[in-house]
Parts: sequence; C-alpha cells; structure tokens
Amino acid sequence: MYELFKDLGAWLVNGEQWAGSDGIGTRLAEHLQYSLLATLIAAAIALPVGLLIGHTGRGAFLAINLSSFGRALPTVGLVVLVFLASGLSMWPVYIALVALAVPSIVTNTYAGMTAVDPEVRDAARGQGMRWHQVLFQVELPLALPLIMTGLRLALIQVVATATIAAYVSFGGLGRYVFDGLAQRDLVQVLGGAVLVALVAVVLDLALSGLQRALFRHRPAKSA
Amino acid sequence: MSVDWSWISDHTDDLTTLTLSHLQAALTAVLLGLLISLPLAVVAHRVRPLRGLLLGLSNILFTIPSIAVFVLLLPVSGLTRTTTVIGLTIYTLVVLLRNTVEGLDSVPAKTKEAAKAMGTRPLRTLLTVELPLALPVIMAGVRIATVMAISLVSVATYIGDGGLGQLFTDGFQRNFPTPVIVGVVLTLLLALVADALLVTLQYVLTPWTRRKRSA
Repeated sequence: MYELFKDLGAWLVNGEQWAGSDGIGTRLAEHLQYSLLATLIAAAIALPVGLLIGHTGRGAFLAINLSSFGRALPTVGLVVLVFLASGLSMWPVYIALVALAVPSIVTNTYAGMTAVDPEVRDAARGQGMRWHQVLFQVELPLALPLIMTGLRLALIQVVATATIAAYVSFGGLGRYVFDGLAQRDLVQVLGGAVLVALVAVVLDLALSGLQRALFRHRPAKSA
Repeated sequence: MSVDWSWISDHTDDLTTLTLSHLQAALTAVLLGLLISLPLAVVAHRVRPLRGLLLGLSNILFTIPSIAVFVLLLPVSGLTRTTTVIGLTIYTLVVLLRNTVEGLDSVPAKTKEAAKAMGTRPLRTLLTVELPLALPVIMAGVRIATVMAISLVSVATYIGDGGLGQLFTDGFQRNFPTPVIVGVVLTLLLALVADALLVTLQYVLTPWTRRKRSA
C-alpha cells in the first residue's frame, strides 16, 4: 500500500509525464474543455427553461420529474449509445454531457424561483414593474443561490462523466484510467482518478467562491 | 439505429441475471448507507459542532467522480463486488445523511418537549417520536439515493462488475447498439419501479400525512 502511494506520488510529479501532446497537461486541458463547454451549453439551454417555468408556473410537472429522470439515466449507457449512433466524432460526447447537466440546472433554477416569497413578487408587481423587470430584478437575484447550487452540481457531474467519455476513445483525464485498466497499471489508473477528483473539487470550490463573491454586497436574508 | 429483437429473446436468461445482480448491488448499497447514515445523522443533529464536519465531509466525498471512487477502492478491495458496493454506499451516504439530518431538524421542538414532559427517555423519543415524524424527509432521501445507486451501478462495469452496465461494454466492443439500448431501458425501468415502490412504502408507513392532506 505504501509502495503504491509512493509510486503514485512519483507518477504525479514526474515532469516528463506532464509535457507533450499526450502528457497530463494536454489531458487536463482536454478534460477542462469538455467539462466547461458542456456545462456552458447546458446552462444556456437550462437556465431560460428553468426561469420561464418558475416565472410562469407552467410546466412545473416537467421540471420536477426531469431531475428524477436525469438521476436515473445511466451515464455510461448514454455516452456509448450516442457514440454508436453517430460514429466517431467529438459531438456525441458533448450531447451526452449536456443531457446530463440540463436536469440539475433546470430543477434547481425552478426550485429557486418557487422559493421566492410570493409577497415579494406581488410587491414588485404592485410597484408597477413589468414581468421582465420582476423576473430579472427581483426573482432572479433571490433565486441565485439555488441556481448556483444547480450549476455546481451539474459541473461536478459533467467532470465525472467526461472521464467516461475517454472510454469511447476521446482524450481527457479518463485516458489514464482506461489505459491503466487495460494495461493493468494500477498507478496510472489511480493517477487519473486522483486528477479527476482534484479537478472536480477545485472547480466546485472555485464556483462556491464565485458564489460568495457575488453575494457579498447583498443584504442578509430576511427571516 | 434499430433494435435487434431476436437478440433480446435469445438473451432473456442473461438479462434476468444481470438485472438481478444490478438490483442486488444497488439495494445492498442503499441498505448499508441507511445503516451508516442513521447513527451519524443522529450525532450530527444532536452535537452541533460535529454537524458541519460530517455534512462537509460527505459533500467532499460526493464531489469525487464515481469512476474515481471505484478505481481508488481497487487497492483496498480489488476487482470484486465489494468494491462496487462500497463505492455505491459512499454515494448514497451523502444524500441519506443530509436528508436524515434535515428530517430530524424538521421535528417541532414542542413535540420533543411534550415527549420529554411525559417522561419519555431520549432513545425512546428518537425511535417513537422523532424518526417517525422525520420519515417523509428521510424517505425522500432514500428515493433519491436508490434511483442514483441504480443508475451508478453501470459505472462499475469498468472494474468488472457493473450489472446491466456489462451490456454497455458488450455493445460498445461489438459496435452493436441493441444491448446498450436494452441496458439503458432496463436501468430506467428498474429506477422507476423502485421509486414507485418506495412511494407506496412511504404511503403505508406515514398514515398521518394522508389524514392531514384529506382534511
């Protein structure tokens, strides 16, 4: 066990390992690219949907059941299926990743919108605010904490699933996991897993930091 | 992409075996998760300083990708079902712990004081007053954990034991979509049925919530 950790440490700090077109640096950049782009696309789709459902109250059934469906969907199967359906290109991986990220963002955005006190909404309307003013100046800021939670959840899921994408012959940090498993090289497998976990933890911390920065100047929540 | 129906009828025995093995891994993990999270939740609920620590720790565990969890367990428990079950249990723990703590928090203080005034001892209060009242929130956690565990079993296919996940590897290696489609559909069905059964169980276990709604 001790030997294994020593080898793992050596693997992670080896300079040669980090350089080159199939080095850790490249794999890390690929992993970040897949994860961030997929989450951005998912947010671009899911945020307006969640906001609209929350604002109008229409389609609430969809928003609630989407999350349960998203949780039940086997990620591995989805990636392989989209891959087989479309052949060897990069976009199946993005489709699968986006499909996984959308439910958490939609449901959390919706949950954030419904958590807004109806009296606050009525007061805004009573002051003569138009619907888009109510949405963007009142509801959205109040719903933001839960929306951010949804984004963080989605990003973690996507970082995890981007690992699986390497299984269908794409890059990213998953390469080490699958190459290592194929070569019975446990150090490489563990190295890949540790790096993926680190990326997930660091990105989650970064987003929670961003969330705190966004809320620093906001008044305390009323009881 | 068409489904080869004859492949399905030729492999019903295999599919049954895989489905049962899939279900067994997921359910074992949820049960273990419940056994571990219940005492931890009681501690987190009663001992305030430990609350943040326990919940924070479980949140960090959740951040680690599932495939990484399985792989990191390899040196400990090898390419076995144990690895699958431990990995899944870690995931269920996060949801179960959070919901059980929230459930216990949701029990009104007055109710607990009434039990205390009647001379009910703390352990008995926990078992006969607090846990039953927390049950709706705990069950919500059990439902999420179960659905999540069922969908995650297939990730363990990379360490050789993924239940229906084996169909994904099989279909991928032979460039044959049918097993993959069947695997996805069966996983979704399992999750759906398990969720429906848990809703029914909750309905049976918490008759007072029904009375309140119909009143």
